[in-house]
Amino acid sequence: MNFTDEQRMLQESTRRVLASGGEFELRNAQRDGASGYSQTLWQELADLGLLALNVPEADGGIGAGAVENMLVGEAMGEALLTAPFHASAVEATLTLAKLADEAQRQRWLPALASGELIAVLAHAESGNAGSLEPTTTMATPTEGGWRLDGLKSMIYHASNAQLLLVSARIQGAPGLALFAVPSDAAGLALHSCATVDAQRAADVQLRGVQVGSDARIGGEVSKGLAEVLDQSLAALCADAFGAIQSALHATIDYSRNRKQFGQPIGRFQALQHRMADMLIHTEQARSMCYLAASHAADSDPAARRRVLSAAKVLIGQAARRVGQEAVQLHGGMGMTDELKVSHYFRRLLAFEARGGSTDQHLRRYAATMA
Amino acid sequence: MNLTQSEQAFLTDIRQFLADKLPADIRQRVAARDDSQLKEDIVAWQGILHAQGWGAPAWPAEFGGTGWSKVQQYLFDTECALADAPLQLAFGLKMVGPVIMRFGTPEQQQRFLPRILSGEDWWCQGYSEPGSGSDLASLKTQAVREGDEYVVSGQKVWNTLGQHADWIFCLVRTDSSGKPQRGISFLLIDMRSPGITVRPTRLLDGGHEVNEVWFDEVRVPAENLIGEENHGWTYAKFLLGHERTNIAGIGANQRELQRLKEFARAQRNDGGRLIDDPVFAAKIAQVEIELMALEITNLRVIEADERKQAPGPEASILKIKGTEIMQRLSELQVEALGPAALLSNGESRIAGLQPDPSLQPANTTDFYLNQRKVSIYGGSNEIQRNIIAQMILQI
Repeated sequence: MNFTDEQRMLQESTRRVLASGGEFELRNAQRDGASGYSQTLWQELADLGLLALNVPEADGGIGAGAVENMLVGEAMGEALLTAPFHASAVEATLTLAKLADEAQRQRWLPALASGELIAVLAHAESGNAGSLEPTTTMATPTEGGWRLDGLKSMIYHASNAQLLLVSARIQGAPGLALFAVPSDAAGLALHSCATVDAQRAADVQLRGVQVGSDARIGGEVSKGLAEVLDQSLAALCADAFGAIQSALHATIDYSRNRKQFGQPIGRFQALQHRMADMLIHTEQARSMCYLAASHAADSDPAARRRVLSAAKVLIGQAARRVGQEAVQLHGGMGMTDELKVSHYFRRLLAFEARGGSTDQHLRRYAATMA
Repeated sequence: MNLTQSEQAFLTDIRQFLADKLPADIRQRVAARDDSQLKEDIVAWQGILHAQGWGAPAWPAEFGGTGWSKVQQYLFDTECALADAPLQLAFGLKMVGPVIMRFGTPEQQQRFLPRILSGEDWWCQGYSEPGSGSDLASLKTQAVREGDEYVVSGQKVWNTLGQHADWIFCLVRTDSSGKPQRGISFLLIDMRSPGITVRPTRLLDGGHEVNEVWFDEVRVPAENLIGEENHGWTYAKFLLGHERTNIAGIGANQRELQRLKEFARAQRNDGGRLIDDPVFAAKIAQVEIELMALEITNLRVIEADERKQAPGPEASILKIKGTEIMQRLSELQVEALGPAALLSNGESRIAGLQPDPSLQPANTTDFYLNQRKVSIYGGSNEIQRNIIAQMILQI
């Protein structure tokens, strides 16, 4: 895969802005705050244009593709970013860019690009994370709008968002519908928690939430949402790859510096072989990251989903193996909150549980073989 | 496994005792992996066991122990784990206690052993140092003899639960001239001594389980030396052999296997139960079969130990396999929970959030994170493989 100079510069400038703020240190300073991330850094991401990355050019944004999202995502994973970049600037922005009408675009896309508005896609439900069909959330037509009832599970940054894009089924109608719900809507309750990768997530309970008819985004959105979810998953894979690669590098550095029995532990062949295996997993993950990015916008849904599922499976397995080995080879230090390696490990654990598990994607992939 | 008639009767007694005497609130906290009252629960349970005469399952009767056989000890440990009893604190009972019995003076035995039995003294361990982990013999914490005292200066790390401790047993350097192993001594130090500072080390699960312990010219009476000066390495090796009767953690593994199955029965997966998914069910079956084999391997090692009257290097097999199974079980529990596993209670506490306890059963994600320690501590699994290669394979 060859990157253009512009693409390389995008990744380097992303790395620079994340490093200049000292994202890891900043994050640790903000971990006990309600939002869990630095507003200053968020503004810097906006100033660099990163929050406009997925806003189409016609709407005043950059209109970047999957490769740009991959390169930026990798840098976010390396920096252990806890700000809602993926949730808002990738997933929700792509959703609106693909499905919203003109009035909705004008209302929300500029605000997303400037960082003033944070939106999240509230789609996942318990037990269906790998599938497209929400089983519980229902939209019922009312006079002048819709009533929403259901439960969305572990929605990243829902508590940081002003706008939730809620997927639901309509009784008697095929497929999925999507609704824009302000976070202060009556009947909407968030059960917030901190996630294992120090971000914020919430279960979103909708009990008789009333929205106007202009809140509906698109018509039948199954096809469009499937495309968005796959592009979003490709970006998430890149984030995980950034963390995998960083965990490997941290381990190699540690093995060079940590001395026991009179020599750096990296001299022990038993440990060298394990780091060699970590490298193989990392390179395999990089390959799937590239493949996912190059197919993320394919219009053939079956071919696209097959590649994305393969990527989630392989990168998920690499995430577990490299994450666990990185901690183990750091010994007790790998267990501490102080070192970045345990944070990479935790980010990779979160990756496995997001966007459909390894098993769910393996099953989805296997189903394409018959 | 076939138990003798008397072992069967013993098992019945233990089960009855656990049903009658293990307080429900403690049992519930252990089941929920709620360590908010860890010290109180451990001390209370030790008191209950002590009142029954079972305070020290592995000690000989002459020191107030049960005098049980190793098979009986194994049965007891297993039943306690399955009943959600708190772990007995190993530092006194399984570590320093046996050292005091074997190498301590009668005065030391009278002074320390009864208070370990009753749970009055909480012991912790001062072994590892920043530069001395797997290579423990390179430790640097100094003890200089001045009259009838030692003056101790240095730093210990990975000190488990020392924030609650009354006493710490330490390996200290009393001679730097020869081989590193030769100049180490074994000292018992009152944690209230001036010059001791305990600093928490925050772990990846957000918990406060380990500490750094700093010694700044701490004065320790020479009567607190175990055995002879510069012979501490011998006592430390003896101690390691005694840490290992329950090292495979068969009962704890069986308990986590039960829990995994509970999760897989409760969890929905594409419209059905997760346990009915052949892929996931096969993963559970695989680990269950490995645990089945390990239980028998464990009993074979116990039987051989009993015959030889000395623990052998086979304990390393139990340590490696037991911890690998534990880590696999915790990883499968996380898998079973799906997106609910994203929640970390430890991280939520740091964030000042109080998540709804129904969002995730039994603190499972933090447990998984925490269990990464088991392949690192107590002689890392890499060191255990070295022991197998050198002592069993003899290559």
